[in-house]
Amino acid sequence: MKKAKQIQHMISKPFDLLSEELVFIILDLVAQSPSDLKSFSLTCKWFYQVEARHRRSLKPLRAEYLPRILTRYRNTSDLDLTFCPRVTDYALSVVGCLSGPTLRSVDLSRSFSFSAAGLLRLAVKCVSLVEIDLSNATEMRDAAAAVVAEAKSLERLKLGRCKKLTDMGIGCIAVGCRKLKRVSLKWCVGVGDLGVGLLAVKCKDLRSLDLSYLPITGKCLHDVLKLQHLEELLLQGCFGVDDDSLKSLTHHCNSLKNLDASSCQNLTQRGLTSLLSGARCLERLDLAHSSSVISLDFASSLNKVSSALQSIRLDGCSVTCDGLKAIGTLCISLREVSLSKCVTVTDEGLSCLVMKLKDLRKLDITCCRKLTGVSITQVANSCPLLVSLKMESCSLVSRDAFWLLGHKCRLLEELDFTDNEIDDGGLKSISSCRSLSSLKLGICLNITDRGLSYIGMGCSNLRELDLYRSVGITDIGISSIAQGCCHLETINISYCKDITDRSLVSLSKCSMLQTFESRGCQHITCQGLAAIAVRCKRLTKLDLKKCPFINDSGLLTLAHFSQGLKQISVSETGVTDVGLVSLANIGCLQNIAAVNTRGLSPSGVAAALVGCGGLRKAKLHASLRLLVPPSLITHMEARGCAFLWKDYNNHNNNNTLQAELDPKYWKLQLEEDIEL
Amino acid sequence: METEDDLCRNNWGGSSSSSNLREPPVCFTSQHKWEDASILDYEMGMEEEPSLQVFNQMKASTGQDNNGGQVNVDFLQGVRAQAWDPRTMLSNLSFMEEKIHELQDLVHLIVGRNGQLQGRQEQLVAQQQQQQQQLITIDLTSIIIQLISTAGSLLPSVKHNMSTAPGPFPGSALFPYPREANNLASQTLNNNNTCGVHDFDFPKPSVVEERESHVVEEHEMKDEDDVEEGENLPPGSYEILQLEKEEILAPHTHFCTICGKGFKRDANLRMHMRGHGDEYKTPAALAKPNKEALPGSVPMLIKRYSCPFPGCKRNKDHKKFQPLKTILCVKNHYKRTHCDKSFTCSRCHTKKFSVIADLKTHEKHCGKNKWLCSCGTTFSRKDKLFGHIALFQGHTPAIPLEETKPSAQRGSSSGGNSSNNNINTGMIGFNVGSATNANEEVAQPGFMDGKISFEESFSPLCFDTCNFRGFHEFPRPMFDDSESSFQMLISSACGFSPRNGGGGGGESVSNTSL
Repeated sequence: MKKAKQIQHMISKPFDLLSEELVFIILDLVAQSPSDLKSFSLTCKWFYQVEARHRRSLKPLRAEYLPRILTRYRNTSDLDLTFCPRVTDYALSVVGCLSGPTLRSVDLSRSFSFSAAGLLRLAVKCVSLVEIDLSNATEMRDAAAAVVAEAKSLERLKLGRCKKLTDMGIGCIAVGCRKLKRVSLKWCVGVGDLGVGLLAVKCKDLRSLDLSYLPITGKCLHDVLKLQHLEELLLQGCFGVDDDSLKSLTHHCNSLKNLDASSCQNLTQRGLTSLLSGARCLERLDLAHSSSVISLDFASSLNKVSSALQSIRLDGCSVTCDGLKAIGTLCISLREVSLSKCVTVTDEGLSCLVMKLKDLRKLDITCCRKLTGVSITQVANSCPLLVSLKMESCSLVSRDAFWLLGHKCRLLEELDFTDNEIDDGGLKSISSCRSLSSLKLGICLNITDRGLSYIGMGCSNLRELDLYRSVGITDIGISSIAQGCCHLETINISYCKDITDRSLVSLSKCSMLQTFESRGCQHITCQGLAAIAVRCKRLTKLDLKKCPFINDSGLLTLAHFSQGLKQISVSETGVTDVGLVSLANIGCLQNIAAVNTRGLSPSGVAAALVGCGGLRKAKLHASLRLLVPPSLITHMEARGCAFLWKDYNNHNNNNTLQAELDPKYWKLQLEEDIEL
Repeated sequence: METEDDLCRNNWGGSSSSSNLREPPVCFTSQHKWEDASILDYEMGMEEEPSLQVFNQMKASTGQDNNGGQVNVDFLQGVRAQAWDPRTMLSNLSFMEEKIHELQDLVHLIVGRNGQLQGRQEQLVAQQQQQQQQLITIDLTSIIIQLISTAGSLLPSVKHNMSTAPGPFPGSALFPYPREANNLASQTLNNNNTCGVHDFDFPKPSVVEERESHVVEEHEMKDEDDVEEGENLPPGSYEILQLEKEEILAPHTHFCTICGKGFKRDANLRMHMRGHGDEYKTPAALAKPNKEALPGSVPMLIKRYSCPFPGCKRNKDHKKFQPLKTILCVKNHYKRTHCDKSFTCSRCHTKKFSVIADLKTHEKHCGKNKWLCSCGTTFSRKDKLFGHIALFQGHTPAIPLEETKPSAQRGSSSGGNSSNNNINTGMIGFNVGSATNANEEVAQPGFMDGKISFEESFSPLCFDTCNFRGFHEFPRPMFDDSESSFQMLISSACGFSPRNGGGGGGESVSNTSL
């Protein structure tokens, strides 16, 4: 009798013997998929409680639920509010009160409508707050910055695009938050030398400083480069940083590893030499779009940093052959080289550069149009460890070079052959790179299903495939990809005119699919879409523009199955009010584009807009602007939704539409444009 | 004694030779040594020829040796050179006592002798009588001067007037020969000369006693020299010019680089320059008022200027004398430091200036760009504020609420009226120091004064009454790092702020300062 009772007791509480730590370990593994966690917590009360205690990071969809969510999850340390466009002061004070002591990081980068008062509650209550992201708070003023300074333990701070912030606010933060390690002030156009200088004087622990597009001169860099632990300094687009203000700069910032001086138009070799003079351990150097010519003289200024330099970006610079040669001989340990849009790069220059770079992992020669198969052959021969090669629009490269590339560089993971002359033979060779994860074959008119089937057979790790306007591809090629590459996350089959529903049905096997773009695929219908919607649960981005057979039924299926969808384009499809309104069912939908969709009425659009609570961007036809009630538009804007009103004239676009859909004609037109 | 004689010969020889050569009135360069140690103001040099002639006559007629005069001069120097010090005061008083006793004896002697001499030649008697009379006058004068200077070290106003005040009476009242007393400057010069002349007539009897005291004075003087040697410029390497108060305050804009005389017009200055020598008479020098265009001229001694205000650090008699570089510096220094601040800012009605250029500079920025620190200090320039914050622990930029800005501004003006002078001077000194670095040595003392008064006037008493209206939008603990040595200052200084309005903060300031 007693035994039976005991057994009964055991059965009634079967998990009493299971320690919480063990459940936590299990939960760590389950946490990969949010829906699994949900199922877990719904199993029983105890599981529910354990799950609530286990979870540390939260990404709520609505700020309104914050009180309940935070009461349930008391151990929240990371709070990501990027899905909540409207976070009021009340919401912030709720956050401060409910999870004040545990909270370590808050992301408010996509939120607005909070003020200094709310931030103060957050800063005062959350004593252990380490990270806060206040980017895009364009209305934030110095008073709010002074409040942020109350968070004394802050280590990471992002203030990107806080345009109304001035030196005074930054000064307050510099004095208040002494432990700051990573600060981003990108696009804080009101902050100048004084604020940055004070930050450098007061916060001695700074590791990373993003000063991109600030109106600073070289003056504050004197203080910044005195920081003992500075590892990363980003000076992108600082037009005020010039040679004269750096003239007297001498520093010994041995900790500096990453320097971004891209788009600093007034910085030439002289200033750069003094900037680099003390950075002996520099690993990454970004000089993209600088005004100076990368010549022999210039390369000599790299002398002091050449030993440790691993990565150099020279995008958009005018590069000479001598300069490349000198860089190739000076910086032997280079692993990454980017020469994107360097139109002056020749075969000789690139060959000289890569000749000694045995360690080269990444090479970007996008739009280096003068390059031919000679230099690619050289790259293939001298860089066996190459992992990433981006060579969009190198249309002079011969087909043999691709073959050699696949043959020699077996470690390739990322390949961009957009707008190249690669053919099936090349793809066959490339397919021997087992670890290939990203392959871009847009506008490769020479490839067919055969080549693609090699990829499908060889590259099982493929995550991203771009077949934009590769018109030789049909359902057969896609199905072989779907068969072989089960980890596929992103696929673009836009304007592949022969694609039908069969492709979509086969692609639905790729359960990891997140992004699906089928713009201009005329034969796609709702059946194919339904297959994707039902089986690809992780779908977040969907482009169905110019698929005329997509209609409401397709959207209804989507609304029912794809609860993770964030972005959808249904422009120029057969969607009507019903389909659009049904999208309101998807909680985290953020972007909707519905231009030139004839079936839409103003009231339907209005209903859909009201329904989609988390909407941030709506791209609509301009004619709707006057027809939708203005009060609704202001309401939506107050909720955090931005409108983009497009006005395409429908009358004369028959020819251009034809051109868009006929890839050969389209490419011909494009090349004419380039020659002009 | 040899050195002393040398000194005398140099000095007097210089002056006599200049008079013999009939040099133009200003002959200062040759006698800077005397200038250094002189009690009285010599910037115009031996301008008066008649007196010099008289001096020569006297020299011829009396034939006395120089020592007596020099002793007296040195003695006066010693008196004058001393700053306020109880011990010096005591020695001065005892010295005066001694002096009065001597004089008493002398008068006794004269009274006794007058009876004996009645039968002698009248001319001789008259001469002797005159001599005795002068002797007594000299002694009396020196006693009076010492008395005044002793008292003057206590009272700055007395001190200030001393250089001119004792002048007229010995010369005009007691000197039988005609002299021109046209302007004040020449009057004082005359005094100097007459003193010298009288000293010359000084009879022997008192010399011996005075030697002893003189030795002491000599030592003191040497000490002073040592101090000067410790400065950047060794005393011999530059000559010190000291302009008169009237000269400084005169609305002159053109100054002679040699003697410092001021002129309203440059043309007049150039005419004046002709008197300094032939090199200034060249057409080039007359046409082009360019200072460096003196072809072939020997590198002149660097000129430095002394402030005529006794006790001022810029006065050459100050122990830590710091010379002023240019005449403009002298003018600005004198006006800023020793004159009333008669120009009031028309915007804030608070700040007062004695130099009109300062007022104009201030008015340009008054009310605008008030950069405010959490400690209550305001700055006219943002970079100065940030420099201040970078320097001090715990100070933060104070961000004013936009909507309260105008009212706070008004409050500051009304509250400022009641605030005391200390603050004003402090603020002015500070502004000058930060705004213009051209006259940094001028601004420095002001700045220092301001600092001191600033700290004094903000006693911790204000802490209770102060509120952070202007500084912090939200109530919060003031400054957490208690190790900061400035905490007291910060917290108390918070009571003072133009932004605090004319309310509690302003009142508390005026209370404590009064």
